[in-house]
Amino acid sequence: MFSNPDLLKFIFGRLTLESIPYHEPILVATFAAVALGGIALCAFITYMKWWGPLWNDWITSIDHKKIGIMYIILAIVMLLRGFSDAIMMRIQQAIAFNGSEGYLPPHHYDQVFTAHGVIMIFFVAMPFVTGFMNYVVPLQIGARDVSFPFLNNFSFWMTTAGAIIVMISLFVGEFARTGWLAYPPLSGVEYSPGVGVDYYIWGLQVAGVGTTLSGINLIATIVKMRAPGMSFMKMPVFTWTSLCTNILIVATFPILTATLVLLSLDRYVGTNFFTNDLGGNPMMYINLIWIWGHPEVYILILPAFGIFSEVVATFSGKRLFGYASMVYATCAIMILSYLVWLHHFFTMGSGASVNAFFGITTMIISIPTGAKIFNWLFTIYRGRVRYEVPMLWTIGFMVTFVIGGMTGVMLAVPPADFVLHNSLFLIAHFHNVIIGGVLFGLMAGVTYWYPKAFGYKLDPFWGKMSFWFWFIGFYFAFMPLYVLGLMGITRRMSQFDDPSLQIWFVIAAIGAGMIAIGILSFIIQLVVSYIKREELKDETGDPWHGRTLEWSTSSPPPEYNFAFTPVVHDHDSWYDMKNRGYARPLQGFKPIHMPKNTGTGAILAALNIALAFGLIWYMWWLVVVSFVAIIAVAIGHTFNYKRDFYIPAETVSAEEAKRTELLAKQV
Amino acid sequence: MSPIVRRLCQLSILLILPFMAGCDLVVMSPSGDIAQQQADLIVVSTVLMLLIIVPVLFLTLYFAWHYRHSNTKAKYDPEWHHSTRLEVVIWSAPLAIIIALGAITWISTHKLDPFRPLDRIDAERTIPEGTKPLEVEVVALDWKWLFFYPEYGVATVNEMAAPVDRPITFKITSSSVMNSFYVPALAGMIYAMPGMETKLHAVINKEGVFDGLSSNYSGPGFSHMRFKFHSLNEQGFDGWIAQVKQNGTALNRDAYLKLEKPSEKEPVRYYATVEDGLYRAILNVCATPGKMCMDEMMHIDMMGGAGLESHENRDRLKYDGGPIDINLRGHGEEHSAVEPAAGSQSTKNMPAEGMSHGNHSMQGTDMAKGDASEAPKTN
Repeated sequence: MFSNPDLLKFIFGRLTLESIPYHEPILVATFAAVALGGIALCAFITYMKWWGPLWNDWITSIDHKKIGIMYIILAIVMLLRGFSDAIMMRIQQAIAFNGSEGYLPPHHYDQVFTAHGVIMIFFVAMPFVTGFMNYVVPLQIGARDVSFPFLNNFSFWMTTAGAIIVMISLFVGEFARTGWLAYPPLSGVEYSPGVGVDYYIWGLQVAGVGTTLSGINLIATIVKMRAPGMSFMKMPVFTWTSLCTNILIVATFPILTATLVLLSLDRYVGTNFFTNDLGGNPMMYINLIWIWGHPEVYILILPAFGIFSEVVATFSGKRLFGYASMVYATCAIMILSYLVWLHHFFTMGSGASVNAFFGITTMIISIPTGAKIFNWLFTIYRGRVRYEVPMLWTIGFMVTFVIGGMTGVMLAVPPADFVLHNSLFLIAHFHNVIIGGVLFGLMAGVTYWYPKAFGYKLDPFWGKMSFWFWFIGFYFAFMPLYVLGLMGITRRMSQFDDPSLQIWFVIAAIGAGMIAIGILSFIIQLVVSYIKREELKDETGDPWHGRTLEWSTSSPPPEYNFAFTPVVHDHDSWYDMKNRGYARPLQGFKPIHMPKNTGTGAILAALNIALAFGLIWYMWWLVVVSFVAIIAVAIGHTFNYKRDFYIPAETVSAEEAKRTELLAKQV
Repeated sequence: MSPIVRRLCQLSILLILPFMAGCDLVVMSPSGDIAQQQADLIVVSTVLMLLIIVPVLFLTLYFAWHYRHSNTKAKYDPEWHHSTRLEVVIWSAPLAIIIALGAITWISTHKLDPFRPLDRIDAERTIPEGTKPLEVEVVALDWKWLFFYPEYGVATVNEMAAPVDRPITFKITSSSVMNSFYVPALAGMIYAMPGMETKLHAVINKEGVFDGLSSNYSGPGFSHMRFKFHSLNEQGFDGWIAQVKQNGTALNRDAYLKLEKPSEKEPVRYYATVEDGLYRAILNVCATPGKMCMDEMMHIDMMGGAGLESHENRDRLKYDGGPIDINLRGHGEEHSAVEPAAGSQSTKNMPAEGMSHGNHSMQGTDMAKGDASEAPKTN
């Protein structure tokens, strides 16, 4: 029966044996490593009998803390993939000289740089940031969970599903060869007939559902669930930046979704929104994608700014300078970020007045950003700075980010952009702000909140190793790209003619190698700290002398976060409570109403992977089956009335008594 | 302003020179007046921003050092968190810089608008009366550059030339996907887009051979989409034109349709004659016989549209349609069930000749499109 081509085509769509890249040694080796690692992991979990706990305590968990941790694990795993792509590009560009084609032919190299961009933005930076917001925001505002706990679990699994779809493309078929924003007409079906762009579209669409829903969830949480007394102007700065970020997410991700829908209509049903044919207009796509794309940059950087604000205040032992202006600056950035998208394509020829308008709005963003830098600076001023690892990342950020900001303003001057656009100068600029801003912030955040999440601090030696290798490696990797940009070298080239360039690419590759050591040090840090966890233990719940509410509860916090909802009187509420001699209540505990775990989120996400896979490979039966299943499961879930339970008062008082005992040991 | 700026530029380059032995920062020291002004602007904006960046960097490092935990002599004031005077400074200092930079931006963006004709040859010289700019029509093809010289009736591939100090007017378009036309020594880049025309006005002030390239990723052949820009004196340029005329072949539609097919690392080619209206046809995506020119479509639209009859124009407006793509991994065979419906349509508008380039992956097809839309129904 398998000799019947029609039946084969019905079952497998356009998926054939040739779609499996078994003739590419790099991919075969990667697949072997991933498969062996996966089998080993499964065997280990089976051996430890962890499948039950994994399903019951993590996969189905709707606890915002566990979901936050899972987001960050996803981000770190994907960072390894995205960084492998980076290393592959750096090696290719360092050797592809003098007629050598390097080791990556264009069709592979082009997938690598597309995947690097997509993965780093959507599946590293986004889940990392969302993970922090999930973990920290409810604790900072004195809440027991987010507003919609099930939605939170569903959002996480949809994001993961998107990541899985993109990862499948590595071994089944191919990924897009279009650059990370897939500009048409190149991404249209005429010029990219394969499955690459479809993997891109459906990976982002599925993950986009998760991101949008998580944005709605966190806005509702911040607006509705703050502890009594916490007015907007008393919210911690990280919560403020999270609020602005989520507003940006909710306002812009639908634009991305709509744009990708139009692109998929062009690809699947032959409409002509962005084609050359029949009056389509690719310029429209470029406008739409950047109306999402520019706010996206601020979606990433604002929470990082929030982390730095918390870290600077804590480790300077001083209240944040200019809280109000920090808040206004954040809001100003949020609004202005909608008014600058055209600066990504000054060279499309919009005319001088339009270009000048968008150039100037872009520069205006640097005013509130500059004010923020000054605020951090004057927080250090008259402070007493403890150089723990999070503070190192912060100082590293302040030094690096102003350079990135400066090159950003240079790019905002349209005539200057005409010579710098699409050059390696541009690449250096945005890695300067994304690594020097977002990544440094996230690393500071990991070190800062790790003891809260796991009850022990991270080992400072490996933390410092990681910081210095990242920091110096960054300069080695990207300063040469600024120089190359000024030499007129364009991005996305896989081969070069001019041998005098090679030295710069070699230096950049060495820098990437140093960053690799930085990442390795971070992983070693996690392992070493786990081994030394007794020594690094935090029993107080407040290892850094923190200032905000998350430090008022135990490390790790109990499932219900706070036995009693805290009452807030001032900014830096925990610092204020400590100053006024706050006494922890020791009795009078009541049963706590909590939401119940559910597997629906994970099941829906799995069905979405099947749906996307069917759409990508034209397996229409799978599309129909999985779509019907998604609807059925979603409707079925509405009949699930067992959604909540009470933690009995006895459990709460036992839990709190343990903490009382631990705290008593401290004195 | 400009000489000082240039001096500053040289100075800043001097500072980092030890690290740059043997490297040519073409963007900062270009050979064309427009690119030079753009480089000056980079320097001016950098200097303006350094006014604020340098103090910030210095203060960051100084504060970070001075207020370290072990330095108990430094003043510690944990409750100090507000100062109206400081707040005014930290908002107004960046504001002042941005006002200055914004003014420069507004003026320079208009002055250096690529669509605006030049008003000078370089900082010292205006354009002599009666100078006619050299017109060059540029087409980005997959993956090579085609240049038309309408004044001389010639065309070239992957090589262009221009006389020193004569203004050049580029008209730029693309045949399939987006590219960007960039000669770093001459002037900034501008996108080349199918069915659309962008313009660039520039002038080259020094003789020499410079690099030109596409700076917008356009597919697998992108890395090699480069050409040499020869800046010559009057006689040299005349000689170059004569050489093109002498060694060149004819560029008619057939030759163009062959040339248009995707190819990499194309050698330099000369065309002594060019068929009338070829550039206009390429710009309007109707070089292939039987296609409707975009300007004709726009005219119809402007007149209120063609109403019901317009469906007859559909096939003539499908520009990317072509032959079956065998790189679709056996697509054509697998989807044989759809062939009658889609096939009859695509053969109707299939050009009689010159389009038999079966096996390139970049060239999509009506068939592929038919597959995408028809496949669900046939299953």
